[in-house]
Amino acid sequence: MQKYWRRGEPFVWLTGAALTLTLVMAAALIIVVMVNGLGVFWPTEVTQAKFQDGTRVMGEIIKREPLPSGEGDRIQFKTGNRDLYGLDFRWVDTAGIIELDHPVEAVVLEREEYGNFYGFLHEINAPDLDQPAGETLGEQLSAVRQSVEKRQQEIGQLEERVAGLSDRMQDLRLELQKLEFEGYPPESSAVKEVRQRQSLLREDFDTLVARHEDRRRELRQIQATFADVSGTLKTVAVADIVRAYYPNDMAWWEKAVFYLSKLKELFLGEPREANTEGGLFPAIFGTVMLIFLMSLFSFPLGVIAAIYLREYAKEGPIVRVVRIAVNNLAGIPSIVYGIFGLGFFIYGVGGSLDRLFFPERLPTPTFGTGGILWASLTLALLTVPVVIVATDEALGAIPKGVREGSLALGATKFQTLSRILVPMASPGIMTGLILAMARAAGEVAPLMITGVVKLAPALPLDGDFPFLHLDRKFMHLGFHIYDIGFQSPNVEAAKPMVFVTTLLLVLIVLIMSSVAIHLRNKMKKRYTYGTF
Amino acid sequence: MTAKTMEIGSSDPVIEVDDLNFHYGSAAALHNISMNFTRKKVTALIGPSGCGKSTFLRCLNRMNDMIDIARVEGRIRLNGDEIYTPKLDVIELRRRVGMVFQKSNPFPKSIFENVVYGLRIAGVRNRAQLAESCEKALRSAALWDEVKDRLEDSALGLSGGQMQRLCIARAIAVNPEVILMDEPCSALDPKSTARVEELISELRENYTIIIVTHNMQQAARVSDHTAFFFEGLLVEYGLTNQVFIKPKNKQTEDYITGRFG
Ligand SMILES: Nc1ncnc2c1ncn2[C@@H]1O[C@H](COP(=O)(O)OP(=O)(O)OP(=O)(O)O)[C@@H](O)[C@H]1O
Ligand SMILES: [Mg+2]
Repeated sequence: MQKYWRRGEPFVWLTGAALTLTLVMAAALIIVVMVNGLGVFWPTEVTQAKFQDGTRVMGEIIKREPLPSGEGDRIQFKTGNRDLYGLDFRWVDTAGIIELDHPVEAVVLEREEYGNFYGFLHEINAPDLDQPAGETLGEQLSAVRQSVEKRQQEIGQLEERVAGLSDRMQDLRLELQKLEFEGYPPESSAVKEVRQRQSLLREDFDTLVARHEDRRRELRQIQATFADVSGTLKTVAVADIVRAYYPNDMAWWEKAVFYLSKLKELFLGEPREANTEGGLFPAIFGTVMLIFLMSLFSFPLGVIAAIYLREYAKEGPIVRVVRIAVNNLAGIPSIVYGIFGLGFFIYGVGGSLDRLFFPERLPTPTFGTGGILWASLTLALLTVPVVIVATDEALGAIPKGVREGSLALGATKFQTLSRILVPMASPGIMTGLILAMARAAGEVAPLMITGVVKLAPALPLDGDFPFLHLDRKFMHLGFHIYDIGFQSPNVEAAKPMVFVTTLLLVLIVLIMSSVAIHLRNKMKKRYTYGTF
Repeated sequence: MTAKTMEIGSSDPVIEVDDLNFHYGSAAALHNISMNFTRKKVTALIGPSGCGKSTFLRCLNRMNDMIDIARVEGRIRLNGDEIYTPKLDVIELRRRVGMVFQKSNPFPKSIFENVVYGLRIAGVRNRAQLAESCEKALRSAALWDEVKDRLEDSALGLSGGQMQRLCIARAIAVNPEVILMDEPCSALDPKSTARVEELISELRENYTIIIVTHNMQQAARVSDHTAFFFEGLLVEYGLTNQVFIKPKNKQTEDYITGRFG
């Protein structure tokens, strides 16, 4: 027994158990997210339940569980058809069911509004289209949808032109505002000239908008009627149908194609239906750009500050205090940084910028409101201690001999730093950057008061001069999770999207840090001493 | 004692040290050191651990500047020019007085880049010139034949002895007048030590060498002059033969014969 203790085995077990526990918890989290997230887009069979009293329920089976009373089971159906039933989900007792089957003709519609529709195709109503090609109703529907899609693209182009005109009108409005602010009287020639241009533009704009309206109305005349499982008819504009598919009539490869098309929509599409459907492109873009900008600010700042701290500052009580303070900075709750960002960056710096450069637009703020610039600066502030600590330690770990070797050859301190020390510290610096990025990617609280929004009208980077719009608000995956998971009107329907978004966020962090780790290992190979 | 020590290096000295005192904070490390170093001779500094040999050596190229608490008094002249004056360009000084350390410290760069490092930071860009200097330095460090085919490989892949010779090559590539060596062989095996000693004998043709060593045989083999330090004092300084065969000072004798401490 004594031997047993002497060998330290209990301690080995204890440490091993602690490690296992953490690993299991992390793995469980990831597995839950993966299982729930990866399966979301795989088409689920549509099940029809017939009851003794003749009623029917149809939809996707979400889960099955014993009744609270303990006798029998109940099944949760996603019945969709929110416009008809008011709710997307429904519990039914298995006791009353006489038959469960999977009708092959059952069609699922993804729609622009009201969520999914589960039912059967009844008829197609396309007045100004020739008899659509195809034998069955289903084939005709897909033919109709193709021609509708083509017209939708035309309408999309029209919309872009309308948006361009509206931007120009906004510019003119600002110009006018500026003239008035600078004291030009309304009857002066400058003001008159702008007004003239404005009215010309407005004519163009109005005709274009009218044309757009006409086109849309025409398009919406093309309709299809569907019946739900109990025979209630519902007519929808074909333009509102995002996807129509027959999950009970799909081979596995058709399902795979469907899955891929959903993935494509996820990565490249815009969100729909209060963010619970559609793509996440703006949120992905916002997240990546935010992290990128954050690194751009915090990386050089942190590295340079650490270089001063380690190489130039005289070692002493002050430096020690600074070091402790920097270490502790990382422990300040992130919301505090957010509040600081709001007070200092947005109201302070942004407000001053507005007063200096855009006084005519006040009180409408330009920079004096949340935006990606301020959010990334706030995050940079939050993560800069991590970079400083990592760089400081990496520099400190370089053997003294290397430093002296360089100086003894007549190198200046700066040359030694830039040619020897910083390259040698780079793996450590990269580690710091990885930690900083991972931390920044996960922060949501400070973003909520510095510029994140649930739906941004435009990306912070686009084709309009000056291309980079750092004042714009942006979307973010972390905030997206919070928003759809806890703030959306239909939480149950949003659940799959929460998992998908979580998976995506984890994936982005993983990809970014793998790239960084790969880079770091490459540097490590190059710059660390082998033993000899 | 002083009369005798002043004799060596009285004609054509490279370095003249006058009454040098050195303190780490309040602790004195060197007391009233005065000695001259003769051009193109090898001088060995011996003495027990902690007696101030390294400190003294580092005074000669002002490497002690980096230690915040260090304080130097007295005068050191290199070719008659004062070293410890604000006017002096430390960079220039270190180019003229090279240094090889106890622990070899190659940079994590290619062998070639290691050798030409001093030239590059001095602003030499011409590739051909760099290659030529590299070859010359590696040849004088007796390393050329071993590495000529792998100049672009990392210097960290060399053996310990090769690394130390690389550091010597790196020091001579900038063409210094004086080379300071602080226990250059202490981490090497006998074979590598022999090569470095051979090398020192060859280098004496062109350079003044000051070497710190704990190895009495080594000091006897490679040096022309020997200086014995004890507790921050220069106890004895003379021709190596005299110091080893007929030391004037009792402490020196005890140390050399190993009867010490
Ligand atoms: N950076 C330093 N700060 C404070 N004291 C130091 C420092 N470097 C050396 N000393 C002290 O100065 C004295 C002389 O040290 P030095 O390194 O010159 O000895 P040494 O003769 O080279 O010894 P060794 O043979 O062991 O290398 C020692 O007492 C040492 O503790
Ligand atoms: Mg020493």
